[in-house]
Amino acid sequence: MRALLLRDLRLAFRSGGGFGLGLAFFLILAILVPLGVGAEGTTLGRIAPGILWVGALLACILSLDRIFALDHEDGSLDLLATSPLPMEGAVAVKALAHWLVTGLPLTLLAPGLGVLLNLAPAGYPWLVLSLLLGTPTLSMVGAFGAALTVGLRRGGLLLSLLVLPLYVPTLIFGAEVVRRGAEGMALATPLALLAAISLGAAALLPFAAAAALRVNLR
Amino acid sequence: MVMTVRNLAVARGGVTVLQGLDLALSAGQALTLRGPNGSGKTTLLRTLAGLQPAAAGEIDLNPETVAYAAHADGLKSTLTVAENLAFWSAIYGGPSIDRAIAAMDLAKLTRRRAGELSAGQKRRLGLARLLVTGRPLWLLDEPTVSLDVASVALFAGVVRDHLAQGGAAIIATHVDLGLPEATILDLDPFRTRILARDGFDEAFA
Amino acid sequence: MSIWEYANPKKFMATSAWALPWAVGLTVVCLVVGLVWGFFFTPDDYKQGSTVKIIYLHVPAAMMAINAWVMMLVASLIWIVRRHHVSALAAKAAAPVGLTFTLIALVTGALWGQPMWGTWWAWDPRLTSFLILTLFYFGYMALWSAIENPDTAADLTSILCLVGSVFALLSRYAVNFWNQGLHQGASLSLDKEENVSDVFWVPLLVCIAGFVLLFITMVLLRTRTEIRSRRLQALLARERVA
Repeated sequence: MRALLLRDLRLAFRSGGGFGLGLAFFLILAILVPLGVGAEGTTLGRIAPGILWVGALLACILSLDRIFALDHEDGSLDLLATSPLPMEGAVAVKALAHWLVTGLPLTLLAPGLGVLLNLAPAGYPWLVLSLLLGTPTLSMVGAFGAALTVGLRRGGLLLSLLVLPLYVPTLIFGAEVVRRGAEGMALATPLALLAAISLGAAALLPFAAAAALRVNLR
Repeated sequence: MVMTVRNLAVARGGVTVLQGLDLALSAGQALTLRGPNGSGKTTLLRTLAGLQPAAAGEIDLNPETVAYAAHADGLKSTLTVAENLAFWSAIYGGPSIDRAIAAMDLAKLTRRRAGELSAGQKRRLGLARLLVTGRPLWLLDEPTVSLDVASVALFAGVVRDHLAQGGAAIIATHVDLGLPEATILDLDPFRTRILARDGFDEAFA
Repeated sequence: MSIWEYANPKKFMATSAWALPWAVGLTVVCLVVGLVWGFFFTPDDYKQGSTVKIIYLHVPAAMMAINAWVMMLVASLIWIVRRHHVSALAAKAAAPVGLTFTLIALVTGALWGQPMWGTWWAWDPRLTSFLILTLFYFGYMALWSAIENPDTAADLTSILCLVGSVFALLSRYAVNFWNQGLHQGASLSLDKEENVSDVFWVPLLVCIAGFVLLFITMVLLRTRTEIRSRRLQALLARERVA
């Protein structure tokens, strides 16, 4: 499992740009929104939690189809399926690798973009914490979607259509945590629910994704 | 017996392509699959490798003993030859990669990226992967594609060593590998003859 | 005789051919009686006037929008566990019907909301949940149409339906949490105090029965079409092989 994780990370770094693109997209979104909405600080501050979360979500989607598609094209997926590594483990590791190269950098970049969007100072720790708890779900659900669409020629668009509705609960709770944090309200409930969804997804989705992969390899 | 198969039927895309297949393979034995394109060689190998379910019949085979090599080599073009092999060795908890590199004559290429190799060199690297799996039963799908004559002979030697050490192999190929000891199995007699069934059940085999 | 025998395609075709005319007839009777009764022979509401009558389309459509998804979930489970092809095809057949009901519920809701709340659309939890439900229907149908091999498609859509159901439920609670809404409570419940009065209730029940029957009719019809289309494909495949 460690070998697979290291390989995926190494591939991500060597192919260059693969995961940088997601970050650049996130940055561009945070620049474009004020241009579209107007420079007025209070409006921006109010919508900042939502924009940052939606931006993180869309940036995450960009690289989802690479999770399995590349391994499927060059035959590695067939070979991995016949290897001693359980499929569920491979799925979880690949989702983790995806998170390390997209979700984690997005989380670290987010406070900087919060400044651009005039996020209230009290919101920053909660922005980082909510993304830290929520983005693993985005990668795991994304890996499930990628497993469903791996054999398809135009899988990318379908993948977004399948995955985006599944992101709804994470988005709602994640943005709610930041919004309440910025306004200094109690936020234990959405934070706990956000963490619960992440843990549930990490525990159960590898099985669903592995089942989907096996069907696709048939 | 490494593998026993009774009355096996395999299907591709919902259509049964081979049926009534009985096979037995013991240690040190090699089996060459022959048959025209579309006769189900790849489908049979994938079924034996456990990638797809059998349409009918029994396969008595421990999946932990199988190493499968497909048309595609599963190489990562941005990793070096040594890194590609080391990855598979780690996945299988297998032996060191030195023997595999020596056996497939890759010593001069270890630091090259797989993307910079020629088609034949890639194929050799793909076959070297078999040696780091440490598994006894090799299922090989057209292993000699894009290999030159010398490399085919090299590979035949590797297979012979593997058999001598108690391994076994099933090889789908059109080329004469130079393995006279291998049993040849022609798949033509096992090709499906469609049996007409009546009504709406027939669509749901 | 086990109930699973009806999952045999041949048996299903025979049974459904017999049942279909009855289903069509009952659907027409229930819908005509319920809608005519509801539209023309019930009094106007003291607050809402005649706009209340859209309830006879809105409530049954909304109920069936959710029930159709539940039926797809059950059919998907049956396919995964017992691998009856009819079950997978019935789930496939139900999806566009369920989507249509969802859209009817949204459109009639907007038409009703405009005079009542002064707006076509509000981000009310119920409305939002239905909007999200349409996305789930679209995703499910898109996956079916994207995959060529029918068994692969049945497997993958079943897995999607299972996982999607869990997330749909989560979304429902998340949306409730996100915004308390304008929408009135359930129109029907066992708690009699909450209910609409009997004058509206009886024709509403007839309409609901009509929508249930309409759903059954459509699913039977579409499942028969799917089975025929599968047979056609099998015959063509056989011709290509032979």
